[in-house]
Amino acid sequence: MGYDLKMKVWRGDATGGDLVDYTVPVEEGEVVLDALHRIQATQSGDLAVRWNCKAGKCGSCSTEINGKPRLACMTRLSTFEPGETVTVTPLRTFPVVRDLVTDVSYNYRVAETVPAFAPEPRPADGQYRMQQVDVERGQEFRKCIECFLCQNVCHVIRDHEENKPAFSGPRFFLRYAELEMHPLDTNDRRALAREQAGIGLCNITKCCTEVCPEGIHITDNAIIPMKERVVDRSFDPVTWLGRKIFRRDQLPEAQVPQGRAE
Amino acid sequence: MAAPTGIKSPTRARIAARTLRTDRWWLYPTFTALVLLAFVVYATYRAFVGEHYFAEPYLTPFYSPCVTTECVEGSSHLGTWVGDWWALSPAVLILIIPLSLRLTCYYYRKAYYRSFWMSPPACAVGEPHRRYTGEARFPLILQNIHRYALYLALAYNVLLTYDAVMAFKSPEGEWGHMGLGTLILVVNAVLLGLYSLSCHSCRHIIGGRLRNFSKHPVRYRAWGMVSLLNGRHAQLAWVSLVWVAFTDFYIWMVASGTWSDPRFF
Repeated sequence: MGYDLKMKVWRGDATGGDLVDYTVPVEEGEVVLDALHRIQATQSGDLAVRWNCKAGKCGSCSTEINGKPRLACMTRLSTFEPGETVTVTPLRTFPVVRDLVTDVSYNYRVAETVPAFAPEPRPADGQYRMQQVDVERGQEFRKCIECFLCQNVCHVIRDHEENKPAFSGPRFFLRYAELEMHPLDTNDRRALAREQAGIGLCNITKCCTEVCPEGIHITDNAIIPMKERVVDRSFDPVTWLGRKIFRRDQLPEAQVPQGRAE
Repeated sequence: MAAPTGIKSPTRARIAARTLRTDRWWLYPTFTALVLLAFVVYATYRAFVGEHYFAEPYLTPFYSPCVTTECVEGSSHLGTWVGDWWALSPAVLILIIPLSLRLTCYYYRKAYYRSFWMSPPACAVGEPHRRYTGEARFPLILQNIHRYALYLALAYNVLLTYDAVMAFKSPEGEWGHMGLGTLILVVNAVLLGLYSLSCHSCRHIIGGRLRNFSKHPVRYRAWGMVSLLNGRHAQLAWVSLVWVAFTDFYIWMVASGTWSDPRFF
C-alpha cells in the first residue's frame, strides 16, 4: 500500500547548501534510493545521487540516512516509523561535489600506498597451493565492496581533517590484515601499518564494524590483529629478542610502492 | 582562531548539526559511564576499607592473595611475604593486576573512550576535541602493554581458582563443605577466567599471529575455541565485572555478620 513519505534531502555544493523538504509517494517494500529516484523523476531532475547496482554490491550509494552512514539501496523504508521524516545527507567525511555526491578520491590515494601482494617464488611444478583453512581466513576481508562507510564513520578523519595524510582508515587496515595473514605473501607490513598507515591513531571504538553493510568484523578480525602484530614488531621486548636471536630483523620489510606515496 | 576541522571543514557539506541521528545514541555511553562509575566507587571504597574481606573459608577476590602482615588471620594463603612496609590496604597491591587488564582491554577501551572521553560519544556523532592523536603517543601508547597485563591476570585467575577450591573446606578446615559462598566463588573464578581467555591478545598469542594455520593444526584449533569466546568478550567483560563486585559484597555481608552463609553440605 502506498503512502506519502516526508523527506529532507541535503542540496548544495562546497559553497553551501541546505536540507530541502520533499513529500514523495512511495510503495511498500521500497528503499530510500527508490524515493530519491522518484524525487529525481518527478520533482527535482537535477538532484545528484550516485548509484549503480541497487543490490548492495557496488558500494556507490553510500549516504547518511537519519544521521547514520548507510547504503541508500539497502535501507528499507519499512525500518522507519510511520510518519517519520527521513533525512538524507552526503557523507560528511569527504569533500562534497554536489547534493548527495562526495569526492572519495582520498581512499584511492591511500589504496595506492599499500604494498601489493608479493608471493614467494612458484614451486617447481609452477602451482601455488593453499589449504582451505588458510583460504577461508581471508575470505571475510574480500567481501568488502568499498562503499567507504567505514572510512566515513571513523572519527579519526571525520572529526579531524588534519589526520588524513597520516591515517589510512579501517578499509585499508582490512587490506593490510588480509595481506599480512596470507600464507604466500612475503612482505612484512607491520612497520608500515604503524608508521605510514597510522594504526596507532585508531582507538577501537568499533564504529567501522557497526556500519559495514557486509557485516565484516573489521575491528575484531582485522584492526585488532594488526595492532597486535604491530605490538609484536615494535612494543614487545620478548618478540624483539626472538627477532634478534633468530636474525629475523634482517629480513626485508615492505616498502611503499615507488612514486605512489603522497 | 584555528581553521574549522572535521565535519566543519570548508570542503564538506555544510550541515550545522553535530549529528542528525534520531535514535537514542546517548543511551550506551550514559549507561556505560554510570555502571563503570558505580563499580569504581564501590571498588575504591572496598579496597581501602581494609576489613570484612575474609569469612572462613571465603576470601573476597578484591583481597586475594592477601600478602601483607596486615592481613587478618587465615586469609594469607600465600604467606605475608610483602611484610609490613606496605602502608596501604593489601587490596591496593593486588587490584593493580585486574585493573591494568581492564584498563587496556580492547573492549573497555571502546567503552570508556565513548562514555568518558567522548571520542566519539557514538558513531557519526561529532566529538568535542580539537586535536586527536589516538593511541599513537604517550600516554595512550601504553595501551600496548595489554598482553603483559593478560599474563599477570592469567596468574591471578589461577589464584582465584585456588580460592574457589579452598572454599570447599569447612571453617574447621575439613574438605567436603559447600555453602552459597562456595558457589559464588566458583562462578566468579569461571567468569574471570573466561573473560581473560576471551581477550583479543590471548586470541593473537594462541594462534592469530600465524600466517599459516594449516602448518599449526593444534594452535589453529585452540585459536578457533578462543575466537568463539572472543565473540562474547564484551558480555563476559560486563558479567564478570558485576559478579566480582557481587562476590565481594556477599563476603562482606557474611564477614560483617549481616547475614550468614547458607550451607548446602
